[in-house]
Amino acid sequence: MKVSEVPKDDANVLEGKTSFVQYAIDDKGHYVQEKSPGFQPQNIALEQAWEEVDENIAVAAELVERKEKSPIYFFMHREIMDAKILSEYVGISKWKVKRHFKPNIFAKLNDDILREYAVVFKLDNIDELKKFDINKWK
Amino acid sequence: MEIEKIDFNHKISAHCENGVTANLLNYYGIELSEPMVFGIGAGLFFTYLPFIKLNGAPVTSFRPMPGAIFRRINKSLGIKIFSKRFPSKPKQAMAMLDSLLQKGIPVGMVVGVYNLTYFPAPLRFHFNAHNIVAFHKKDGNYLVSDPIMENEEWISAEDLESVRFAKGTYKPKGKLYYIKEVPQQLDLKKAIKRSIKYNSIMMVKAPGPVIGVSGIRLLARYINMWPKKYDKKRAARNLGSVIRMQEEIGTGGAGFRFLYAAFLQEAAAIFNSEELETYSQLMTTIGDKWRDFAVNSARVVKNRPVNNETYYSVSQQLLEIADMEEDIFKKLFKLKLK
Repeated sequence: MKVSEVPKDDANVLEGKTSFVQYAIDDKGHYVQEKSPGFQPQNIALEQAWEEVDENIAVAAELVERKEKSPIYFFMHREIMDAKILSEYVGISKWKVKRHFKPNIFAKLNDDILREYAVVFKLDNIDELKKFDINKWK
Repeated sequence: MEIEKIDFNHKISAHCENGVTANLLNYYGIELSEPMVFGIGAGLFFTYLPFIKLNGAPVTSFRPMPGAIFRRINKSLGIKIFSKRFPSKPKQAMAMLDSLLQKGIPVGMVVGVYNLTYFPAPLRFHFNAHNIVAFHKKDGNYLVSDPIMENEEWISAEDLESVRFAKGTYKPKGKLYYIKEVPQQLDLKKAIKRSIKYNSIMMVKAPGPVIGVSGIRLLARYINMWPKKYDKKRAARNLGSVIRMQEEIGTGGAGFRFLYAAFLQEAAAIFNSEELETYSQLMTTIGDKWRDFAVNSARVVKNRPVNNETYYSVSQQLLEIADMEEDIFKKLFKLKLK
């Protein structure tokens, strides 16, 4: 890759906070550092990954609305987690976390457990879980 | 407790582990470029693990295990390091960091990027093999050198603790490391020779079907199968994940080939070897091929083929790359340098 070929495809992936460093050859054939705001294939792949996340969140929201899943399930997807990562963050075993996805079991959870979840989900208080309002998160 | 700021020179780099290593060595008076660190650290790697899934897609990796570059370069150059993990002991992990800073020692740490507050949001997934160096603490905040960032960044103690104990794949478990002792004299030539041999072994002589050029060929075969095995969306997501691993920060691919080419060029000057210069140029060509592969794969992902790109055609491209890499590393393995 020549210096002139270093991609300059800016899709605001770095939010203006930094640049990608690339190594490319100059006119004399020597390798030098050249900064880049992005590369289109990477931008496309990244966009696709976020689309998948958004899709998972939308599906989770629908399941919670239909009372098939608890709000924990929704917030888990919002934090791009699966049951395994979530269980590690809250320090509750995976099978229990999965049980907490069930609305009837979720309804019986005590405030201490809800507080653990609220911290991991970065919620202000446990009411965000107890009095879950999907419209707030859409 | 007053902690004095360490006079640490922050430099941005292409890959976090190279950057942290180069910046730390630089602090101890060893000036090596990022490509040199990468080359001596034998950082070029490939593996495809079809049965291990990450976010639903099989794992492709262009980098060796986290920490491998740092370990290798220090071993090759005779630098003594200290490293420690603190499983479920965050208080201890933070206390040790403070006491090291107090002694004026810059401290490398492995962190997850998901909760890394200053990091660009579009890149914040649950990825846990990022490296940063802390070199100052003031009013409960740490000043860190993150090689991916243009400038030094501040992070609160609470946030730093949280990213040092990130959960998910490759948990950092509070891992920290620092340089204990550097030798008086460096035998750069010996280190370069050894690392080229070692990296060649990883690429063409590693046993099994998943590592090095065998891994590239395995990925090629799987890519060809994806449109038959999966629905359109899943197949496209698998291919998209390969591009992300190839092109995203700290993950390698084409960028790593150019880094290695730059390393071979620097080595050519040190050994005054025309042969190495030729291999550097060849490695540049291979890097360009990886870039073409990314461009064509992205078109397949978007389902907008310009030149009839399909899963089959991009898999053929990979096979061509595998042949070229096999050829160059077999030659590099046999290369005699004086």
